[in-house]
Amino acid sequence: MASLLDVRNLSVSFGRNPAVDGVSFTLAERETLGLVGESGCGKSTTALALMRLTHHARIEGEARFGERDLMRLDDGAMRRVRGSEIAMIFQDPGTALHPLIRVGEQVADVMRAQLGISAAEARARALELFRKVGIAAPEQRLRAYPHELSGGMCQRVMIAAAIACSPRLLLADEPTTALDVTVQAQILELIREVSSEAGMSVILITHDLGVVAGMTDRVAVMYAGRIVETAATDRLFAQPMHPYSRGLLGAVPKLDGGWDEELTTIPGTVQGAALQGGCRFAPRCPLAGDMCRRDPPLEEIAEGHFVACWKAR
Amino acid sequence: MADVLLAEIAAVAPSGRAHVLRRFLRHRLAVLGLIVVAILGCAAAGAPWLAPYEPDEVAITQRYSPPFSEGRFLGADDLGRDVLSRLMYAGRISLSVGISAMLVTLVVGFLVGAFAAYLGGWVDTILMRLTDVMLCFPSVFLLLFVAAFVTPSLASIALMIGLTCWMEIARIVHAQILALKSADFIAAARMAGAPAWRIVLRQILPNTLAPILVAATLNTANAILLESYISFLGYGIQPPEASWGNMLTNAQSDFQVDPWLAVFPGLAITLAVASFNFIGDGLRDALDPRVRD
Amino acid sequence: MSLVEAIRLERHYALGHGRVLRALDGVDVAIGKGETLGLVGESGSGKSTLGRTLVGLQQPTMGNVRFDGIDPMTADRATAQLLRRRRQFVFQDPSGALNPRMTLGATLTEHLRVQGWDRSATRARVPEVLEQAGLGAAFAGRYPHEISGGQRQRAVIARAISTDPDFIVADEPVSALDVSTRAQIINLLRRLQSLRGLTMLFISHDLSVIAHSCRRVAVMYLGRIVEIAPREALFKEPLHPYTAALLSAIPLPDPPRERRRRRIILSGETPDPTDAPQGCRFHPRCPIATEMCRRVDPQISMLAPDHGVACHHPGKIAARAEPATG
Repeated sequence: MASLLDVRNLSVSFGRNPAVDGVSFTLAERETLGLVGESGCGKSTTALALMRLTHHARIEGEARFGERDLMRLDDGAMRRVRGSEIAMIFQDPGTALHPLIRVGEQVADVMRAQLGISAAEARARALELFRKVGIAAPEQRLRAYPHELSGGMCQRVMIAAAIACSPRLLLADEPTTALDVTVQAQILELIREVSSEAGMSVILITHDLGVVAGMTDRVAVMYAGRIVETAATDRLFAQPMHPYSRGLLGAVPKLDGGWDEELTTIPGTVQGAALQGGCRFAPRCPLAGDMCRRDPPLEEIAEGHFVACWKAR
Repeated sequence: MADVLLAEIAAVAPSGRAHVLRRFLRHRLAVLGLIVVAILGCAAAGAPWLAPYEPDEVAITQRYSPPFSEGRFLGADDLGRDVLSRLMYAGRISLSVGISAMLVTLVVGFLVGAFAAYLGGWVDTILMRLTDVMLCFPSVFLLLFVAAFVTPSLASIALMIGLTCWMEIARIVHAQILALKSADFIAAARMAGAPAWRIVLRQILPNTLAPILVAATLNTANAILLESYISFLGYGIQPPEASWGNMLTNAQSDFQVDPWLAVFPGLAITLAVASFNFIGDGLRDALDPRVRD
Repeated sequence: MSLVEAIRLERHYALGHGRVLRALDGVDVAIGKGETLGLVGESGSGKSTLGRTLVGLQQPTMGNVRFDGIDPMTADRATAQLLRRRRQFVFQDPSGALNPRMTLGATLTEHLRVQGWDRSATRARVPEVLEQAGLGAAFAGRYPHEISGGQRQRAVIARAISTDPDFIVADEPVSALDVSTRAQIINLLRRLQSLRGLTMLFISHDLSVIAHSCRRVAVMYLGRIVEIAPREALFKEPLHPYTAALLSAIPLPDPPRERRRRRIILSGETPDPTDAPQGCRFHPRCPIATEMCRRVDPQISMLAPDHGVACHHPGKIAARAEPATG
């Protein structure tokens, strides 16, 4: 299967330290990739960089989308890509929508800008989209302002705007983190339906391993700006190879037992001490040794399973 | 292995104060302002030892001497008194009035704004409406009105200026505290049973220091200017005592004879006011947490 | 003997134009000495309000709170101060819960001094609680912005245990933290609870976090408790449809199980607490609602000695769970 997106050595720096440091991954057609990590690991920045929405950052590396390298496109070309070929939905739906423009208009605007259709046509399609994403009483809701809608409803509007031009790739940055858990289930279900129906690929960014387990085909685990492990979802959860992945999975409280045991934890913090030029995770790693003073590269240790760790061989 | 590594490297973030100082020093006008204020302050404070002549030493034969003549660095005024010396002594008055007035505005403004915001309810309504009413009056006219009834002295002028200029600080403090009121650490203090005054002074005040500091410098500039206005108009510092403002009182009518008499006091006022304003700007930028380094 | 009791607790906010926000609409609950009760609910459920009322941060509009038999609202000054020391609160957002201009040591000192501790006792106590919270005495000189989110939360916990309280309400203590830090704080709270025999109310929207911290769980919806049961019973056999839906909505970090799951997807949004429905407040979203549910508001009834439900059709949901789509 030809890859839809091929990211090679992407680095994003604001100032001295890189927020994203040499990230590489591929995304196939119709595939959902999960990008998992804790706060500050660079997952959101990676998505923003792919959309070229990072303004004061220095970007290196390439991101091949189809024939083109997204990092080398000029502003005009990139603007045509955004919204029509690659779309993004954000974490806080309340602030991601324009507070002073009616939501129906916001969705219609995307279509008018990218597809060149008339205002009336755009409005009709917006109505259809509202129905498709499950917004009740869509005719009235078209004329609502974001602050009049609940979080879940706003997120549906965002999804409508995102799929309006039938993009090939959807970037979802923590789309349900700000929502209640019952609403989260609805929205994730919606994303699944919508993406499979349209044959879209999805990059789902989240810190929630449960969400990843249910929604993704493959997972990439990020730590301190690097990808430390990539594997098929089933495989990652069954056989995590990187000590950080293992630590993460062990630290998640389970819903089905083991309630009276202590949760395994990863000592220290991300902002803590760092080795110069060595493995970023070493200071917190139970397996760290002398060889960890050299930064391990991301390597394929089994079919489709990549790990950046000397001990994982 | 992990603890060895952790022990090897200890990263301590630079203290907040050093950061602020660095950012302030990058603001060139602010640094210039600081230098000018320092010079003016030293000249004023050291007047008794540094001034070449007594400020009220009359020498009729040398009246209206231009600068650099007859041993007078900046010339002499209509009574032959040395302008430079008078300027230095006047600086003591003007600067100390400016700073004392600023302190009055700080204290009154903070107390009004803080208690209005923290206590809320009718206290808030009354205090803030009072603030609004006071803000309706142009400060110069308010001052002149009050000055007409009060015998002008350094203390009374400073007090008057202070009592007519506290409103801006009250508003700033009020806004800050309203924002802070809903913070959890305030709830924690309330839950522990801390009385309102203790919370305001111990928990809230340190968090309002940044805007207050900026407002204080700008208020000082304003106070110096106001003192100059009313002294110039004859309602402030009374001659023979010199203030930068009253040195200008006759400069207008004497302009044909000796234009220099208007220049130097005016320059002093301008320099002082502008410098405090620049310092305020620099402080504002240095203390703004949103400005990236 | 219950340490903390809520008796027909109500908390209303009049919003003008005849609209009333019923944050708490008749809550009865008792927490025994040494018990950790979990309180689960989504936004608008009133769980935070209940927690804050039980600890004295807010006053109810109707009903009483009883702490060790005493009603704090009617207590005299000396008793009131004593009650303050015995009830403490852990806040959700560690950044907002600490004064950014005070060092951790200063925050702790102020907290103790205000509650009547003298200087020398305070000086000794501060490093002690910092150690117990897993920080270490050296942290007394640090400012909140110099330390990580997890460390800040530990400081908040240190403050809460500093007066040696009997009862702690922890309001979403780990929601603002990363996965790995969450685990550390959950472990810490458990350790402290068993070490000091604390009575705790653990509030969270995350059932899996609650499972690891509490033996008994209460589920809230729109200002009422809709189900309360021992942990095992609640998780294995939820009787209220809302509890069942909550449990089925939580994503599990187990891909094969996730794919096989039969989810109960609720319709509609989390409701507006100013506009509670007539009858059972859950009926508009309930997959098994009947005519009775639309008309009559069910009260809590004890179906087993320690399992209470407020539902006309408890237990029916299990038989009618809908299969997941896709």
